[in-house]
Amino acid sequence: MAKTYVSATINGESAEFLCETQQTLLDVLRDVIGLTGSKEGCGSGDCGACSVIVDDRLVCSCLMLGVEAEGKSITTIEGIANGDTLHPIQQKFLEYAALQCGFCTPGLIVATKALLDENPNPTETEARYWLAGNLCRCTGYDKVIRAVMDVAADMRGEKVA
Amino acid sequence: MAMIGQPLDRIDGRAKVTGAAKYAAEFRVPNAVHAVLVQSTIAAGSITGFDLKEASDMPGVLAIITPNNAGKLTHPENVPQAVAGPLLQNKDILFNGQHVALVVAETLEQAQSAASAVRLTYTRGEAATSMDAMLGQAYPPKHFRNGARPPDTSRGNADESFATGAVKMDATYVTPIEHHNPMEPHATIAAWDGDRVTVWTATQGISGVQSTLAGQFGIDKANVRAICPYVGAGFGSKGNTWPPATLAALAARTVRRPVKLVLSRSQMYTSNGYRPRTVQKLKIAAAADGALLSMRHDGFSSMSRPSLGEFAEPVALATEMLYACPNVAVTHRLVALNAALPTYMRAPGEASGVYALESAMDEMAVALKMDPIAFRLKNYAETDPHENKPFASKALRACYEQGARAFGWEKRSAEPRSMRDGNILIGWGFATSTYPTNRMPSAVKIRMEKDARVVLQCGTQDIGTGTYTVMTQVAADTLGIPMHHIRFELGDSNMPPGPVSGGSMTVASVSPSVQAACRALLDKIKDRAVAQPGWGGQSRDGLQLRDGQVVGIGQQISLATLLEHGPIEAEAKTQPGDEKKEFSMHAFGAQFAEVRVDPDLGEIRVSRYVGAFDGGNILNAKTARSQLIGGITYGIGMALHEETLVDQETGRIVNTNVAEYLMPVNADVPDIQTIIVPNDDKNSNPLGVKGIGELPMVGVAAAIANAVYHATGVRVRKVPIRIEDVL
Repeated sequence: MAKTYVSATINGESAEFLCETQQTLLDVLRDVIGLTGSKEGCGSGDCGACSVIVDDRLVCSCLMLGVEAEGKSITTIEGIANGDTLHPIQQKFLEYAALQCGFCTPGLIVATKALLDENPNPTETEARYWLAGNLCRCTGYDKVIRAVMDVAADMRGEKVA
Repeated sequence: MAMIGQPLDRIDGRAKVTGAAKYAAEFRVPNAVHAVLVQSTIAAGSITGFDLKEASDMPGVLAIITPNNAGKLTHPENVPQAVAGPLLQNKDILFNGQHVALVVAETLEQAQSAASAVRLTYTRGEAATSMDAMLGQAYPPKHFRNGARPPDTSRGNADESFATGAVKMDATYVTPIEHHNPMEPHATIAAWDGDRVTVWTATQGISGVQSTLAGQFGIDKANVRAICPYVGAGFGSKGNTWPPATLAALAARTVRRPVKLVLSRSQMYTSNGYRPRTVQKLKIAAAADGALLSMRHDGFSSMSRPSLGEFAEPVALATEMLYACPNVAVTHRLVALNAALPTYMRAPGEASGVYALESAMDEMAVALKMDPIAFRLKNYAETDPHENKPFASKALRACYEQGARAFGWEKRSAEPRSMRDGNILIGWGFATSTYPTNRMPSAVKIRMEKDARVVLQCGTQDIGTGTYTVMTQVAADTLGIPMHHIRFELGDSNMPPGPVSGGSMTVASVSPSVQAACRALLDKIKDRAVAQPGWGGQSRDGLQLRDGQVVGIGQQISLATLLEHGPIEAEAKTQPGDEKKEFSMHAFGAQFAEVRVDPDLGEIRVSRYVGAFDGGNILNAKTARSQLIGGITYGIGMALHEETLVDQETGRIVNTNVAEYLMPVNADVPDIQTIIVPNDDKNSNPLGVKGIGELPMVGVAAAIANAVYHATGVRVRKVPIRIEDVL
């Protein structure tokens, strides 16, 4: 089957790949490019484990085709840290124990990044509803919210009481 | 400073927040191809034929494995688990969604496409799909608790004493089928090299994978290697070695290439067990002062056809030991259906059983006009009333006290519908939690490298619980060296064996071997020291390891110097002793829920939650709190959300996805307060731990159901509680 040539930006670097037209962006990221940080929890857009940011929009990469990435800028979990330095969101997830088995964690961190890019000062309710599309079976969510509220305040340069 | 008990960040955290942690499906195995399962669309009958023409002509297809051509598994019965199929070994159809074929192709998309083109013909049989219709044909389990005890037990005479009670209740409670739904679907990559097979597989028990595959393929255990450094949780669904792992290995042997088989979320509903539906009949009688006279707990749980294996939900075990009641009878029965085999799911037995028991106890407290906690205290068991043994430790009274204080229980007004916030009804509910303390044998290897760094290895698992972290803490304290000089490795069956990560027993089982291996290493370091020239006068036992030096009387030598002679290795095995004969070993807790119910719309929200737990010694306050909050959230799901729905006409599960199988999402879960009641249960195991993976979920559904009754005056005797139940 003929493959399609796609040129995109992935985690700030230009990327070129060949993919089959029926391959999802998630399969391309994981199987073609080898970025396995984005997870497939459901394959139907219900769980959020495959969340990536495409041109400033939060997207379930299992619901987008690889060929649709043409010309787009994509941020995955692998592009969140700055080299060896964790992003403040990642650091707060660690400190607040906002992860356990870790399978939903990449999606939650990418979704949090998208939230704070769009709304640096979310209320707790806004954060809970924004992240309601990211299912987690281990943590019970509250520690995630505490981490998100704290890192949001930090990134705004506020001291948290 | 001692590391044990500290609230340390998880060691595996960095790999997980950066996406670097590798789960089973993510290992790059050269030349690997993809397998996709085909599943039955009827619930009973047999396969009469396959039409594979279209599928086999599709691009990339390498093999279509069916019962007609599947390699025979030499000893399918010779495996250490209760899962016997379906493994494509015959043409019987026993449930809807049963594996009937496996398509192997070069790419995943090609395999998926060809799998959808496989055509089957069947003869249809009569399917039993309704548990309620089959209750009259319930039968006793053959291997209840692996034969460790009979399914029915009693003390005194529950039926005669029931008649003498001043206050009585007699009610039936129903819990639904639930699916574990770990976020990582099951995945296996299998690769053969001659008669040796390596599997990268999502499992809670690599030792079980090793022995199961060895038994099924008729090869030596040493020829099976199971690898699983990270697992995207399991909650029981990855405890057994389910058919997909075996079928991946079977496919790899057939096409002579490595095969990757990843289940779709939908296939997870018929491939790796579920919590069976239960129907539980409770009869309780008490004297007018609240003293229990009689308890009877008859438990029925739904099952597959018996040829697939056996799993009986042990719902009534807590009823035997939780209260000081002189007359108790419990029974366990199975109801065979055309359904997949059920299995353990977080807090098996207790999650379902204590829901019913603690709901019934609430009904009794209401009938007695007693405070629910006072009623429990009136019947507090100081010793195990069933086994007539002391508890290894029991801080349940402190759980009640500290939980009630934190929750503000004394401000509760007893009357239903008496607490409101504006129009919204407020309900406060309470329940007890308990779960057994388990332990199994384990072994640990330890090696101090020439740079004085230490590597420990055990073939155990970290299913998100924190094994990597707490075992490193135990080693750091035992060796007296910093945690960052220690690496604890797990998840490879080439390492010394550890038990399945189930029954909340990993820490109780593995940490004693970690401790023993560290001590054995210390002894060998000291042996090497006293063998040094001029050290003849030192006794080994008088030496100490301090700041990288071995210190004796009047002289010291650096570890670096000692290690110039080469690394030092040691190994230790530990196992339970006679403590189970002497003591009844259990963890305990108290659960407090506040619900807010809209009286017009029936919407139920959990608005506040407090859980207080006696989980024995707590090795890491941060990972422990995570387990407690996560378990309570699992219980919120049981109370209000989770239910697998089976179409009675076809026996097909209709909500095989995580959108229609409701589970708690971020906006459903309130701020949860957890209290760790200090305890240190050295009677149970060397580290004094009880296990806290399952305990926090036990009793949650009862606490919430009792709160719903308190808010609304409606007693709902099934979960999940829906809007229509309280309108």
